[in-house]
Amino acid sequence: MSKRIAGPEIERLIQLLAKVPGLGPRSARRAALHLIKKKEQLMEPLASAMGEAAEKVRVCSTCGNVDTVDPCTVCTDPRRDPTTVIVVEEVADLWALERAGAMNALYHVLGGTLSPLDGIGPDQLNIKQLVQRVSEGAIKEVIIAVNATVEGQTTAHYLTDQLGGFEVKVTRLAHGVPVGGELDYLDEGTLAAALRSRTAF
Amino acid sequence: MEWHDEGIVLGARKHGETSVILEVMTRAHGRHLGMVRGGRSRKAQPVLQAGNLVDLVWRARLDEHMGQFQVEALELNAARLFESACAVYGLQTIAAHLRLLPERDPHLGLYEMLGLLLAHLDEPSAAGELVVRFELMVLEELGFGLDLSECAATGRREELTYVSPKSGRAVSREAGLPWHDKMLPLPAFLIVGPGMRADLSAIEQAFRLTEFFFTRHVYGPRGLTPPDARIGFLNALRKHTAGKLHVPGDSAA
Repeated sequence: MSKRIAGPEIERLIQLLAKVPGLGPRSARRAALHLIKKKEQLMEPLASAMGEAAEKVRVCSTCGNVDTVDPCTVCTDPRRDPTTVIVVEEVADLWALERAGAMNALYHVLGGTLSPLDGIGPDQLNIKQLVQRVSEGAIKEVIIAVNATVEGQTTAHYLTDQLGGFEVKVTRLAHGVPVGGELDYLDEGTLAAALRSRTAF
Repeated sequence: MEWHDEGIVLGARKHGETSVILEVMTRAHGRHLGMVRGGRSRKAQPVLQAGNLVDLVWRARLDEHMGQFQVEALELNAARLFESACAVYGLQTIAAHLRLLPERDPHLGLYEMLGLLLAHLDEPSAAGELVVRFELMVLEELGFGLDLSECAATGRREELTYVSPKSGRAVSREAGLPWHDKMLPLPAFLIVGPGMRADLSAIEQAFRLTEFFFTRHVYGPRGLTPPDARIGFLNALRKHTAGKLHVPGDSAA
């Protein structure tokens, strides 16, 4: 049995930090040591921020986004176009699209994709709420911005079926050449998709 | 332990932050799982999509270990299949059926049929019949194959109209008439010989037939239900037939 080199509180801190994505046991130890060294400047404000966030964070009952208020800041923003909704898999995707800043629309977070391998069906996703939002009649376009994976596209087709009965335009993101991408290195599927969705120059 | 084979990706499940557990149907080693280190990288993800044909090297210290795959792309079908609702639902249906087979049990016939299916899964006019034939092959491989070659009662090969729900064998019109309300209708395109094309109602009939035996012999005893994707696949076929198939891009115009 290895000797303990720190008290149980520090060990616990290291164990919990090691569960954060991107951190393993070694990097968690480094992070813990850094926090201990910068106790006043970093550790205490971080602990306080985490406690406050943990207390206040909630899932938006309208769109599934996470925020400290319900409905979330995005849903209540009066400058956004209420007739367009972008459907994303996860909150991280919403943040990525917001960083891009290309659309001033509302969002809907599904919370994943249909995946029989992982046992995720329509009931496990935020699909009913989307149908409910669309049925209210204010939404004119639904942009399905899910990942270009088989699970993502199955979800996209399922959503298209579910929204088929409403007077709403259903669109999806284009698949094609990424900025900085070299044709020689692209897979043939992406190239074929890019050719099919070519636009006038 | 090490082997080299080709396989068709059925799915991938995230494992840790950088790896995936890949599920493939291989030519000589059946349905096989293995870990792909770095499988969540930008470079590896397009290759590890369901429907792609890949070259595989599997390595493990012992045969009973899950082992690790080294994967290289041979044919990237996934992006083509994404475009069609029929293809993505069909792919999920097929993968769900293949998961009924024991792991590492070679099924060469199913593998070759899978390759054929992937080539035509985005053509709704051909996909329906191919998926039904694939389901019949899976039933056969699981030991519950239907015998549609001759009448179970008379031995006749003409006018085969029904399938007996008890035996899974074909029954001629004449022999089955007294029990026609209990018999399952046999679509003509499934009868060995004529090689006729199937219309939508015949495909739907065939799907009801295979679903009955799948539920009774395979899904039911395992406490499962047939995959939801199967319903999506049939709906996509109906939409195509009705000429209402959603064409991606059209709605954006």
